[in-house]
Amino acid sequence: MHSVDTTAATHVLDDAPLVVGGITLSSRLVVGTGKYASYADMARSLDVSGTDCVTVAVRRERLVNAAGENILDHLDASRYALLPNTAGCYSADDAVRVARLGRELLRDMGSATSEWVKLEVLGDTKTLLPDPVGTLEATERLVADGFTVLVYTSDDPVIAKRLKTLGAASVMPAGSPIGSGQGVLNPNNLRICLEYLKDGDPAYPVIVDAGVGTASDVAFAMELGADGVLLNTAIAHAKDPVRMAAAMRAACQAGRLAFLAGRIPRRLYATASSPDEGRIVRPT
Amino acid sequence: MCPGNEASTGDLTVTVNGVAHPAAAGASLRDLVEALGFAGRPIAVEVDGDVIPRAALADRTLTGGERIEIVTFVGGG
Repeated sequence: MHSVDTTAATHVLDDAPLVVGGITLSSRLVVGTGKYASYADMARSLDVSGTDCVTVAVRRERLVNAAGENILDHLDASRYALLPNTAGCYSADDAVRVARLGRELLRDMGSATSEWVKLEVLGDTKTLLPDPVGTLEATERLVADGFTVLVYTSDDPVIAKRLKTLGAASVMPAGSPIGSGQGVLNPNNLRICLEYLKDGDPAYPVIVDAGVGTASDVAFAMELGADGVLLNTAIAHAKDPVRMAAAMRAACQAGRLAFLAGRIPRRLYATASSPDEGRIVRPT
Repeated sequence: MCPGNEASTGDLTVTVNGVAHPAAAGASLRDLVEALGFAGRPIAVEVDGDVIPRAALADRTLTGGERIEIVTFVGGG
């Protein structure tokens, strides 16, 4: 056996980190904090996923049982960049309003990502698909208000391009509807989104947001060239969330490495891996 | 609020997170936040659509009828 060249082994794993809005993230997974059976499950899953950026939602503080636990008691804000979302907003007005409240919460905590928002302007309650018109309007208003906007959108390349032009720090096309677990339904649209958004700007961060069901969905999105994947339900509702978090971490790394390595083209017919030359037999 | 009980619970009524809530005349937003037990907790406060930073809560005197939202972070994707 050859001795292992650890220098080379390290080099093959080298990768430029993901930078969003001037902040460097060591993991390419952004993980949601919703729908876990317990805060303990959430905390362990986040830890095992390797993420350093997590999404949170903005909701009314409880007037009753106000002494109850807060999610921030279970999230180390010095370890995780907090990304507040505007989930549940169906108009640009509502999304801007919720974004400003999220910003105030983060400013009060002294967070480094206090100006960040994961913008969602939804079109209807059944599909949770984005409302493209409201999303464009809210992006423009939030950028003007100084926000670093990471914007959830469909996989439509034209809207994606317009969102970038309006100043979104990251465009985050959906693989499939939120929480659906259908994975990447239209890889060709994502390929075009990536091509358009990265044209002349290869470091522009494109994060596939929503729809992941299992580890191969993450690997596939990364193999397409996405800079990261944002997911929540696939971990939180897995039978074993902590183990699934480990799977997602491995899949994200595997997919990224495969993208960087460059896959072989698909071919209709076989090509032998063993040489034809020197065979002692001939095809019949 | 119970009718006729205003004098003992407060002279004003504000709406907090969609629920009518009594407040004493001259009370500030900070007084209200403290009375609700939210002082020192991670919250953000909005009054009639405007975010009020924590440092400005004491300067805002309630006049009655305000629609106040007090929010925090919860789990979400």
